[in-house]
Amino acid sequence: MRSAIHSASAAVALAAAVAITAVTPAAAAETPDPAADARAFQKFFTEKFPKVKLQDFVNGPYSMNADMHRQWEEKEQFPPYDFSLEAGKEMFAKPFKNGKSYADCFPNQGIGIRQNYPYFDEKEGKVVTLELALNRCREANGEAPFSYLKDEMAALTAYMAFTSRGKPFDIKIPNDPRALEAYENGKRYFYTRRGQLNFSCASCHVQNPGERIRAEVLAPALGILNAMPIYRSEWGGMGTISRRFTTCNSQIRGVPLEPQADEYRDVEYYLSYLSNGLPISGPGARP
Amino acid sequence: MSSTIRVRATSSGETTEVQALIQHPMDSGFVRDPKGEPIPPHFIQQLTFEYDGKNVFVADWGPAVSKDPYVKFSFKGGKKGDDLKISWVDNKGASDATTAKIQ
Repeated sequence: MRSAIHSASAAVALAAAVAITAVTPAAAAETPDPAADARAFQKFFTEKFPKVKLQDFVNGPYSMNADMHRQWEEKEQFPPYDFSLEAGKEMFAKPFKNGKSYADCFPNQGIGIRQNYPYFDEKEGKVVTLELALNRCREANGEAPFSYLKDEMAALTAYMAFTSRGKPFDIKIPNDPRALEAYENGKRYFYTRRGQLNFSCASCHVQNPGERIRAEVLAPALGILNAMPIYRSEWGGMGTISRRFTTCNSQIRGVPLEPQADEYRDVEYYLSYLSNGLPISGPGARP
Repeated sequence: MSSTIRVRATSSGETTEVQALIQHPMDSGFVRDPKGEPIPPHFIQQLTFEYDGKNVFVADWGPAVSKDPYVKFSFKGGKKGDDLKISWVDNKGASDATTAKIQ
């Protein structure tokens, strides 16, 4: 009898201990913690796909099963982005009319730096993406900006990504409340449903990667930007991150924002941060 | 401008495996541009691979072949270090040719 009471009070004590540990992380989640987000995000994907190595998520749908992986290996022998990559290399080396070049606008002459973009510019108080930085470089040197979606912009970013292949994403969130706000804003954009189909980015790329949407296999959100820009067979050409975001929005029957709108810059910041540690694999090829 | 043809030919001793990627719009003539104007047909009509004075692969293509076509085939023979000549002609009379060394 006495021992029964003892074990009952022990059970109460245990329940109280469980309740306390359950409450603490929930309370911590109230304040934004990007590092914890990134850990949880990477854990979610590695547990959902236990056979896929963390580094392989950068190959998108091609990482999802053995058959797709064989297709990817075959494709990489003669990648369709080759022409764009070569054009990008030539464009990057060619000086502007004023004699300066892209190399003058970037740290380390623009070589091997893709993994540091986007970054939070504390002077401007906003996120600066690589595509934005390239057009700003052009404008600062008296050249007309390129379209953000494809062609020249895709070629330039393809070359810059290629020189950074294998380098892990290294996105930093400086100790500035505005940087954290940009991150949170990107996160909100990523999980907010929109469009006639009422999809969020996460509906496809977190809840359903590896599943088919019509004939396509959905890519996991983890590592999705590491492969940018991409040659999509569906597009019959190259596309940038801007093109990916805007076409995703039209496909869910929403109205896309302007390329490089603040929301897109923030969502790129958020997504890139979550893929920190995964290598740059761009330019990529996708079905 | 650099060549529109990328080739890789590798000999295994008995056979040579050839892979080629060609940059070409391959417009079928049935597509309209954003203004609604038809895009005139513009496609490769003949693609030829020549080794040792002989054609080893000839393709007669039409508008159904997709943009930036990719070809893979193998042929008997072919020695490492030998030349493989590749050329195409399109329906507008434009052409390009290149020579690749068999590896």
